[in-house]
Amino acid sequence: MPSGLKILLTLLTLGLGACEQAPWNNPYPASESGQPVYYDMFSERPKHLDPVSAYSADEYKFIGQIYEPPLQYHFLKRPYELTTLTAESVPEPMLFDADDERLPADAPADAVDYSVYRVSIKPGIEYQPHPAFARDADGNYRYHALEKSELEGIRELSDFEHHGTRELTAADYVYQIKRMVHPRRYSPIAGVMSKHIVGLPDLKEELKSAPMDLNGYIDLRNHDLEGVQVIDRYTYEIRVNGKYPQFNYWLAMPFFAPMPWEAERFYNQTGMNQRNIVLDWYPIGTGAFMLTENNPNLRMVMERNPNYWGEKYPTEGMPGDREAGLLDDAGKTMPFIDKAVYSLENESIPAWNKFLQGYYDVSAISSDSFDQAVNFNAQGNAELTPQMKRKGINLLKAVTTSSYYLGFNMLDSVVGGDSEQARLLRRAISIAIDYEEFISIFQNGRGIAAQGPLPPGIFGHREGKAGINPYVYDWEEGEPERKSIREARELLAEAGYPNGRNRESGEPLTLYFDTLDRGPDSKAIHNWYIKQLDKLGIRLVVRSTDYNRFREKMRKGNAQMYFWGWNADYPDPENFLFLLYGPNGKVLHGGENSSNYDNSEFDRLFEQMRNMDNDDERQAIIDKMVEIARRDAPWLWGFHPVAYTLHHQWYSNAKPNLMANNTLKYKRIDAQQRERLRAEWNEPVVWPVLTVIGLLVLAILPAIRVYRKREKEAAL
Amino acid sequence: MIAYIIRRLLYAIPILIGVNILTFALFFVVNTPDDMARMHLGDKRVTEEAIEKWKANLGYDKPLFWNAEKDGAGQFTDTIFYTKSIRLFVFDFGLSDNGRNIAHDISQRMWPSLAIAVPSLLVGLLLNITFALTMVFFRATYIDTAGVVLCVILMSISSLFYIIGGQFLIGKMLNLVPISGYDTGLEAIKFLILPVAISIIYSIGSGSRWYRTIFLEESGKEYVRTARAKGLSEKVVMGRHVLRNALIPILTGIVVLLPLLFMGSLIIESFFGIPGLGSYTIDAINQQDFAIVRSMVFLGSVLYIIGLLLTDISYTLVDPRVRLN
Amino acid sequence: MNLVLLWTDMLVFLLVLAIISFVLVARRREHMRAPWRQVARSRMGMAAAVILVVYVAIGLLDSIHFHPRDHDASADQPRYSADVISVFDWIMDPVRSKVEKTYSAPFATHLYAKETVRLPDGTQDRIYPRLEHGGAHLSDPETQRLTDIATRAGMGLIYALVIWLLAVAVLVGWQSRGLQQPFRRRLADIFKRRTPVPWDVIIYTGAVVIVFISLATQLAPHYHIFGTDKVGADVFYQTLKSIRTGLMIGTLTTLIMLPFALFLGLAAGYFRGWVDDVVQYTYTTLVSIPGVLLIAAAILLLQVYMSNNPEQFSTPENRADLRLLFLCLILGITSWTSLCRLLRGETLKLRDIEYVQAAQAFGVSHMTILTRHILPNVMHIVLITVVLDFSALVLAEAVLSYINIGVDPSMNSWGNMINSARLEMARDPVVWWSLAAAFIFMLGLVLPANLFSDAVRDAFDPRMRKLQNN
Repeated sequence: MPSGLKILLTLLTLGLGACEQAPWNNPYPASESGQPVYYDMFSERPKHLDPVSAYSADEYKFIGQIYEPPLQYHFLKRPYELTTLTAESVPEPMLFDADDERLPADAPADAVDYSVYRVSIKPGIEYQPHPAFARDADGNYRYHALEKSELEGIRELSDFEHHGTRELTAADYVYQIKRMVHPRRYSPIAGVMSKHIVGLPDLKEELKSAPMDLNGYIDLRNHDLEGVQVIDRYTYEIRVNGKYPQFNYWLAMPFFAPMPWEAERFYNQTGMNQRNIVLDWYPIGTGAFMLTENNPNLRMVMERNPNYWGEKYPTEGMPGDREAGLLDDAGKTMPFIDKAVYSLENESIPAWNKFLQGYYDVSAISSDSFDQAVNFNAQGNAELTPQMKRKGINLLKAVTTSSYYLGFNMLDSVVGGDSEQARLLRRAISIAIDYEEFISIFQNGRGIAAQGPLPPGIFGHREGKAGINPYVYDWEEGEPERKSIREARELLAEAGYPNGRNRESGEPLTLYFDTLDRGPDSKAIHNWYIKQLDKLGIRLVVRSTDYNRFREKMRKGNAQMYFWGWNADYPDPENFLFLLYGPNGKVLHGGENSSNYDNSEFDRLFEQMRNMDNDDERQAIIDKMVEIARRDAPWLWGFHPVAYTLHHQWYSNAKPNLMANNTLKYKRIDAQQRERLRAEWNEPVVWPVLTVIGLLVLAILPAIRVYRKREKEAAL
Repeated sequence: MIAYIIRRLLYAIPILIGVNILTFALFFVVNTPDDMARMHLGDKRVTEEAIEKWKANLGYDKPLFWNAEKDGAGQFTDTIFYTKSIRLFVFDFGLSDNGRNIAHDISQRMWPSLAIAVPSLLVGLLLNITFALTMVFFRATYIDTAGVVLCVILMSISSLFYIIGGQFLIGKMLNLVPISGYDTGLEAIKFLILPVAISIIYSIGSGSRWYRTIFLEESGKEYVRTARAKGLSEKVVMGRHVLRNALIPILTGIVVLLPLLFMGSLIIESFFGIPGLGSYTIDAINQQDFAIVRSMVFLGSVLYIIGLLLTDISYTLVDPRVRLN
Repeated sequence: MNLVLLWTDMLVFLLVLAIISFVLVARRREHMRAPWRQVARSRMGMAAAVILVVYVAIGLLDSIHFHPRDHDASADQPRYSADVISVFDWIMDPVRSKVEKTYSAPFATHLYAKETVRLPDGTQDRIYPRLEHGGAHLSDPETQRLTDIATRAGMGLIYALVIWLLAVAVLVGWQSRGLQQPFRRRLADIFKRRTPVPWDVIIYTGAVVIVFISLATQLAPHYHIFGTDKVGADVFYQTLKSIRTGLMIGTLTTLIMLPFALFLGLAAGYFRGWVDDVVQYTYTTLVSIPGVLLIAAAILLLQVYMSNNPEQFSTPENRADLRLLFLCLILGITSWTSLCRLLRGETLKLRDIEYVQAAQAFGVSHMTILTRHILPNVMHIVLITVVLDFSALVLAEAVLSYINIGVDPSMNSWGNMINSARLEMARDPVVWWSLAAAFIFMLGLVLPANLFSDAVRDAFDPRMRKLQNN
């Protein structure tokens, strides 16, 4: 302690001299005070910042701001709508039959042989300053053939002295698509895209034997991809097998961002890897921001890209957006902040406390700080607590496009299979496990009990009475009411297990629930599940393991019941219903259908629905599919989480957008106000420390007396 | 002396090989290369093919210890074990499984660990000695008894309570220091105050109790009694004789710890969000990054062995009667 | 009753048996009794011992497991529930079964968080609902709660006083009969501290313990004296259940590895040569691996085994128990090396002592020399290490739970409690009671254990004995 005290005391004397100084507990350097800097946190380190590999929210948080695919989601409009980013317009697919004859846009899916997406990008867009583009006086690339000696003294990318830039061209987009099948890159969507993009599998075979240098560099410009062609400097075309209306959604993901060939040439040199100077860690893009400090162990810093082409803030929004001030910046050139600092926060408590102290501009609400932040008013609506309101904190809510469900393994001999007995058992369990209670206990009410596979906001989802799952809910007084446990018991008896015991053997029914071990909170959750099935007299054994073991069980089909979730890639029902599509079965086909659900009628309808545009016909088919799934109950539909985020009053242009991953550019910070409030909220309290010191001194006094006595004795 | 050191270093090689075999065996019993590939390739839409590609690119497609398909030395050398461990012995840790250079990361993460460990050790040592000396000075009075009881109480409290309590009180209630985080350069000081203070308070109980025993033992020796009999004041006896002689066992006891300071403190670092080597290890275990785990185990073993060696050498330096052989 | 013997239960009873037989042997040998007599004379040590006895008693009661009888089964055809509970659970049944919905503060009658309830007239309101069990017997908690608690506490104190007086009377009476002394004389001796064993301290500590137990029996069935946790389970019950876990980790860990450490340490020191080399190599290798990694790997290993052989671990108790045992084993592997090294060093010294050399010269077998001459002379080291390690291991459990490689999350342990309570500290108003309960009960075990181990060390360590005499 005293060492800390010493420093504290020196700080104290300094602090008394200048009272208006920055608060002591400010975790940021004083030089940043009053600057338009955005502060946020990240809890999971990004694994890849290479747009061809990145596929998680932790990664999109960064690369979404840096890389610019041709399309993006409109910031304000709901339901989510695609709009242009670097493209001139959202491409309309041109449909062709097997004889290369152009078909009308409403042609039936089976008549279409391939579709062509022609993307034109805006001219004049430039890349961020980057050493890969640096040229010397003769126009040669400075850093494309580095000698070992030239790399001495270089530890980070910023140690390279010279920078350069170049205009964005259509070829860069084509280059990136080719990278999906590069033998040294791992693109999670390579498999999916090989089915869709014409010629991608051939290119993959070709690249396997392509000349590659020691560092894994292949000049992809020399390899042709049949289905993706540059038309002119600003235009390229993608040829997609059959009709695939969802393809435009992919064009809004970083997988389809541009990649200059110079970057690959620059990063894949001997000695770069040893310094962690790789494309996976140092992105190179055209976006509003560029990554300037890259220390995933501590913090990631993005700064305004000086070469940014200057996208304008949207001028249209939804009704109410103007009143909410969301259109105040309409038409202004983005971005509005100079810098964004993301700090690593492993622990939720410090992160939350720092948000309250004003050191983070936004925060999610962990389940443990929920009661502190949010109250439900008499109408049952969530609102901020008086404490939060006093601080001027604001709350935003949005139903996520995700689904958390409890699945049955349909290959299991007890709960699985197509027999009526098993179906009744599954339905009995569906009633017994009360997800409303789960949401209220473990999600603090931040969720909607799911009625089927489709979350609200996705085409095909139905609201109100028409949308309830009739096998689990009744419609009472204008809202869904879970069926009584008595009905569940009857179903269970019908299924052959009166009171939870096998009718023939009298043995109690024991089920196994496989789940992840997530530390302290999981115990309570496991006990809750046990309690739920206890209502039916079924004994539930929870087998919690680590993630690897869990996935292995799922892959081998050893699980009986399991809990999992799905986060939409794009807002289309296909992206949810494919989780129940038979040919996607996990055990047999290695797909994403973890329940291994296989219903031929469902599959047939899925194939039909998949390639349709959003119209009434599609809605009718989806209704049929949802009904089949509800009847078979391969999942307990679980719940759709509602994301609650808090932000401080100095932060504006806040509207939750769960599909867009490039929202940093819209944000605005009132740094002066933040500065003032931080100082107000973080006045150091010194007296307890002084009191402790005083007490310590008091405790020493009697010791001095004894000491004197001792000395006297010795002298005698 | 030199010959002895060289011999000890050679003796370290079989130990390091043993450590390596054990780590390999333990790790691969629980983690197949497939698991590792899945961990690194993420959750969604991972295909078997991508897994095979990952394993082949990183060299995890070979057998673990013995390659029956090869002839001669290849049976031993063309295995994961051989290819992955041979380079460790020249301290070339290579790349982590998600492509970061391990040596680079270690050299970066070493400093925050040291920034906590060194002040904690030095200030802690000073405090412990002062505290222990005071107790011995006032031995057989209530101050001594109270001191010992305080020490026992301090060491009976779980370290987690100190951390949770400290963060809650100092960081949240009193707003004196940032709750967690880290920065480079002088900016780091404000982040270090609390973790350093907590690790000192945590170690003060056992530390000063131990030193008290050492001092007591020393003050019972013949020469000290003679000094007292000569009429030297207790202050002088304590300061000049007891402290000076007791420092030898104290310092030689600390030498073994010195190299391990690099490894950092797991709990403190992870609670306070300090990017040191302690949290590096635990993160690697959680992410199942075998390359990092293996390197950290190897490094830890090497440092431990250096610590043992330093202890032996320090014995001969302070006490010429001890011969190294 | 349908007894269930878990692995750790078995080991615990084995340990109890070993201790009893050791006591029986030691009673008859003066050189073994002497140091224990010194322990018994330490005031601090005896106060600690009384508290430890209470902890151990709870731990042992919690180690007798059985399947309770099913409620709905008919009397003549007993059927047993698949649950496994312990005798302690059975005793604590009034507390154990009282589960609320979520957090409630100590002695509260209402939940800690507001909830939307539908009022009879159809409207909704946000209120703090009454608890289902805590203070449920009160009709108007606002006014009655404090008086009710005070009355019950008062009754508890009166009971405690009566029980204590009875206990003292029985104890002193029994002693005075044994010593052929008048009762009052013995009483005066005890309270004027004229007995070699500090009976007064024992009696006072006993009084404190009795007061606590008596208060708990009066209050716990009616209130949640340490509040409830996130899912409404009683925190007092949890922290008492954690005692067994703490004791197991503290004792079984050293017990499991003791034979290895003894055997290898003695062998290395006695035979020297290549045996010594091999043993030294083994422990240097083991000790240079960072312990956390070893533990993490072992726990993962167990999980793999369990998911591959689910049929062997039908009950959650089984799984948790095996994980506990495994944790003890692996903690043992990381901690036996220091004991082994100490034993080796001591044996090296003893080996050169004259009577051992003489025995060797007479051709006495190695085995006999080791068991007769060397083993008894190193036992004090073993004992000191065991008691010193105990508290360190109890503390280590908490830290391991934090890294998620501790005991099974379904098992009650202080580590798990602290780990969940960690998150509760961020709430506002703070949920402090889980942390406080874990803190108090953990300190209540570790502090006496440390004090007791001091007494043991002072009595057994010749070096320390010399210091004390100075």
